[in-house]
Parts: sequence; C-alpha cells; structure tokens
Amino acid sequence: MIPWLQRHLGLLDYTVAALARRKGRNAGLLAAYTLIVALLASLLLQGEALRATAEDLLAGAPEVVVQRLTAGRHDLMPAERLDALAGLRGVSRVEGRLWGYHFDAAIGANYTLLVPATDAPAPGTARVGAALARARGLAAGDVLSLRTYAGTPLAFRIAGILDEGGELVSADLMLVSEADFRALFNFPAGHYTDLALAVTNPAEVRRVAQKVLERLPDSRVILREEMRRTYASVFDWRQGLLLAVSVVALMAFALLAWDKAAGLSAEERREIGILKAVGWDSGDVMAMKLWEGLLVSLLAFLLGYVLAWVHVFHFDAAVFRPVLQGWSVLYPQFRLAPRVDVMQVATLFCLTVLPYVAATLVPVWRAATSDPDEVLRA
Amino acid sequence: MIELVSVSKTFNPGRHNEYAAVREVSLGFEPGRLTALRGPSGSGKTTLLSLIGLLARPTAGRVRLDGRDVSGLPERFMTELRRAHIGFVFQSFNLIRGLSVLDNVLVPALPTGRPHAQARQRALELLDFLGLGARADHPVQSLSGGEAQRTAIARALINDPQVVIADEPTANLDSELSRQVLGILATLRDQGRTVILSSHDPLVFELGIADRVLAMHDGRLTDA
Ligand SMILES: Nc1ncnc2c1ncn2[C@@H]1O[C@H](COP(=O)(O)OP(=O)(O)O)[C@@H](O)[C@H]1O
Ligand SMILES: [Mg+2]
Repeated sequence: MIPWLQRHLGLLDYTVAALARRKGRNAGLLAAYTLIVALLASLLLQGEALRATAEDLLAGAPEVVVQRLTAGRHDLMPAERLDALAGLRGVSRVEGRLWGYHFDAAIGANYTLLVPATDAPAPGTARVGAALARARGLAAGDVLSLRTYAGTPLAFRIAGILDEGGELVSADLMLVSEADFRALFNFPAGHYTDLALAVTNPAEVRRVAQKVLERLPDSRVILREEMRRTYASVFDWRQGLLLAVSVVALMAFALLAWDKAAGLSAEERREIGILKAVGWDSGDVMAMKLWEGLLVSLLAFLLGYVLAWVHVFHFDAAVFRPVLQGWSVLYPQFRLAPRVDVMQVATLFCLTVLPYVAATLVPVWRAATSDPDEVLRA
Repeated sequence: MIELVSVSKTFNPGRHNEYAAVREVSLGFEPGRLTALRGPSGSGKTTLLSLIGLLARPTAGRVRLDGRDVSGLPERFMTELRRAHIGFVFQSFNLIRGLSVLDNVLVPALPTGRPHAQARQRALELLDFLGLGARADHPVQSLSGGEAQRTAIARALINDPQVVIADEPTANLDSELSRQVLGILATLRDQGRTVILSSHDPLVFELGIADRVLAMHDGRLTDA
C-alpha cells in the first residue's frame, strides 16, 4: 500500500484508540453534537420541502376564487352568480367548481373529491391519487364503495391511478363525475362549491376582486397572490424561528467546542509532547488531530442528517408539529415530499463540521510545534 | 555513526538566566559499543543525550550522522532521521496513559507509513524478547516500574534504530531490575547497535558492561 495512505491509516488508528480512552464522555459529546445537527437539518429540510410544496400547490390554483358567505361561513354558491361574473371586464373565464372532503373511517383519512373542469370521469368511475390507491389497496378496475350522505353505498370503478410520483397535490385526490359528486354529498343542483376566475391581465387581479365584491357583496374573494403571501408569511415566521433555533443550536455547539477551544489539558499537552519526542513531527500531530475532529464531526453530521430526514419525512416533523399549526389550517392533509438541496447540505456542513474541526485544531497548534526535547524537562 | 564536533548547548541565551548546560563537547559513537555517561545531577548528561538523540539542536558546534551534518536541518527532516536512526528511552518513561502496552510501542511506527501488520508483528516480537508478551493488551498505567521501563525500551526499538539512548535507565528500579535492564542494553550492543546511557548509579559501572565510560562535570567531559 502507498506509505502516504498507510501513514494516515496509522494516525487514524491512533485517534480511534485515543478517543476510546474516554468512551462515555466522547459518546455523550457525539450524541449532543448529533442532536444539534439533527435539529438544524430538520428545520432546513422541512423549510425547503414546505417551500417547494407550496409552489406545487399554487401552480395549479386559479388566480381568483370566489366563495359565498352565509353568516361569515363558506356556503354553497348558486349557479346564477356564475352569470353575474361572466361579463366582468378583465375576466376571461368563470367556472363553477365542485370539490369537498370525504372522510374514510376505514383508513382514517380524508380524500379530496373533485370534479375536474375538463376530462371528468364517466359516472360510476373515478380516478384516484397514488397515495389513496396505496392506502386502500386499489388498482385500476377495482371497485371502491363510499357511503353517501343519504346513508346508501355508492360504488366507483377505478378508471385509473393518477400519475405515481408526480404531483404531490394529487396524492389523496379522487376525481369523480358531477353526477356522482352531487349524489355522494347530497349536493343541491344549481350550486357549486365556489367559483374560479381566470384573469387576462395579472396586474388587474385586485381591480377584478374589487368588482366582484361590488357585484356580490356577500362573497369572499381569495387571490392566488394573497395565498402566496400567506405562505410567505408562514415561511417568514418559520425563518425567524429557524434563526432563533439556529442561534440556540450554535450556542450549544459553541459550548461543545469550548472545552476544546479553551485549550489543552496538561494531560493532552503531555501526550503531544511525548508524541513529538518519540518521532512525530508537527504535521503528524496536526494530521492526527484533524482526524479526531473529522471523525467526530462527520459522524455527527451524517447521523444528525439521517435523523433529521427520518424525522421530517417519516414522522412528518413531529417535533415541530406545533410550529406547523398555521400551515395545517391551510392544508389539513398534507405530506412533505423529500427534497435535498445541495447548497443547503453544504451550508449545514460548513456551519457544523468546519467550526468543530477548527476548534479541535487551533489549540493544538502551539503544543504541536513545541520542541521535541520538552518532555525531558518534565 | 554519530559525531559531535565541539557542541555546546546554552539555555535562554542572552537572557539573565542564560545557562550553558553543555560546553564544547567533541565525541564519536561507534556501532557495537556501549558508552556510559556518568556525572552528578545537573552536570548536563540529559542535555547532551538530547543533542546526540537529535531531540534538540546545539547552540554551537555540529552533530553528524553517518558523516552528514544534521544540526541545521529543518524540523521535518530532523524528525525523520531521528525516527529512523535513534531510539530514546526517557528517564520518566513517558508512556501514553490509557493506551495499551502494544499501542504505546507502536506509536513511533505510525507516521512512518510502514504497513501496520508488519509493525505490529515487530512490536509483539520485541515484547516477547523483553518478557512482556503477556502484557501486550494491558493499559500502561497498570504496569510495574520494571515493565514500564521495558515497554519504553520496546517503543525505542520499534523502528529498528541503529542508535539506542537511555537516560538514567536504572533510576527508578531496584538492583535486580536494574541488572535486567542493563542486560537488555548490553544485548542490544551485542546486536551491533550503538548504545549510549547516562547514569549516576554505581551499579552501572560496577557491572563493567560499558565499553567506554565518560564523566561529565558542569557541562564538560572530564577524564573518567
Ligand atoms: N530547558 C532548560 N532551560 C534551562 N535550563 C535547563 C533546561 N534544561 C536543563 N537545564 C539546566 O541544565 C543543567 C543540566 O541539566 P541536565 O542536562 O538535565 O543534567 P543531568 O541530566 O546531568 O542531571 C541543569 O542545571 C538544568 O537546570
Ligand atoms: Mg538527567
């Protein structure tokens, strides 16, 4: 083998033996360090996934949605109102939407039922999202029976599964025909859930909203732009939280690094003196300490990142659940799609691994460059 | 072959506590010979050994190793030469606490880039030779003085140096163990190595194992 590699393997060997001397202390250090990395990485991973998901959700959303209010609550939209808005200047299209939630007690989950504006399934059939199909063990051709609001069963033949691994939004979606939708929910004819407006000129969205409210004073107008802002404020808030948690985590981290950075114990200095006396040069000592720093911090980084991944994507960021409250009001059933941002990994790496390695190396420098005959005077 | 040419070592030169610990010493050391350095405490024996052992640089004069002047080499090269040619047994052993006997013996071999299995094999042979075979995996703090001394000798020999230097090798041992350690040093000499030791222990000189005895006083060599 190459002597260069042998040398580093030898130094690494020494580091491992040296670390093993204080197993409990070093294991504790590794655990604390891992947790800090896991916390920071969870925040980063979750933030990134939320941002991306919001983009996905908004991409398909109409520019303007009009809901009817009754005593301040969302109510069914009479179809006549569609005509009231059809002639509005700047509005290129008005569409009545039919959508709602169906709670499936069998799997304890909500489906989002939707009648697509175009290419709706034939009555008696449905197309379902991949997650839903998995949860109910459905394949194309199978029959799914739901209980209508009238208490009778309604059967759907599955005509297709929506694009596996594609749109996150479609995971729990069930597309049905208008007739089935109305039958299932006992939804009165001549009514829609809400209205979706397409606007010719995006700059006119606010003016259009104004006009809608003039014509239909008992409505609520939701702009895509506003939803984007809502998400943004959720993110801003999260960003602030991220900052606060990061500061705390980095302080804890600084404490960890402190006992290293504060300087070497007499014992450590003596050890380095001995190494120098028996034939290690400054470079050997530094390389050995570099291995020590890398070993601890890379291990903590990897473990912490994996922990964060599992936490965010398998346990839906359980630790941060309370922080997500604002979000889950917007989207009650909402799963994060795993996403890795290379820049983010690099940032986290720089924030955690490099300072620790530096904190390990800097105080060693003086001892490593001491004269090899120093141990003779002890 | 190591030679000192009018070598001096002054500590804290130019300061009020300036001290000339070694003054103009000229000496040569040949392979297969055991040199004993005697002298009272503070006479400069340890300092002289550190110059011979390339652990320190002289403030004046030259140190030659196999005819080559090494006193002015940069640290890295000096360390490499020391690692390859010189084994130093310190008076206070200087073993690394918490590591096993075997790991301690291997320490000087680690930065050489020598294959680990080979170094380990050599370390175990040395420990057997020194009667420590059964102790290889024990932590060094559990060793007796004699065992610690022999571990230090094994460590000094791990890179197979031609020169072995022992500073007061019997200072911490009773006379039985002292005899044993001196016997080991004599064996190393018989293997053809250059062996240099310092001592103010009369036993060393009574046993007559030294091929040459040098006396030091106030940093100078005096007639034995
Ligand atoms: N690093 C040092 N700085 C100052 N003085 C020293 C240093 N090392 C040794 N000395 C002095 O040099 C003298 C010789 O010391 P040493 O070589 O240890 O003698 P010996 O080994 O014969 O007892 C002593 O007076 C000692 O105090
Ligand atoms: Mg001495």
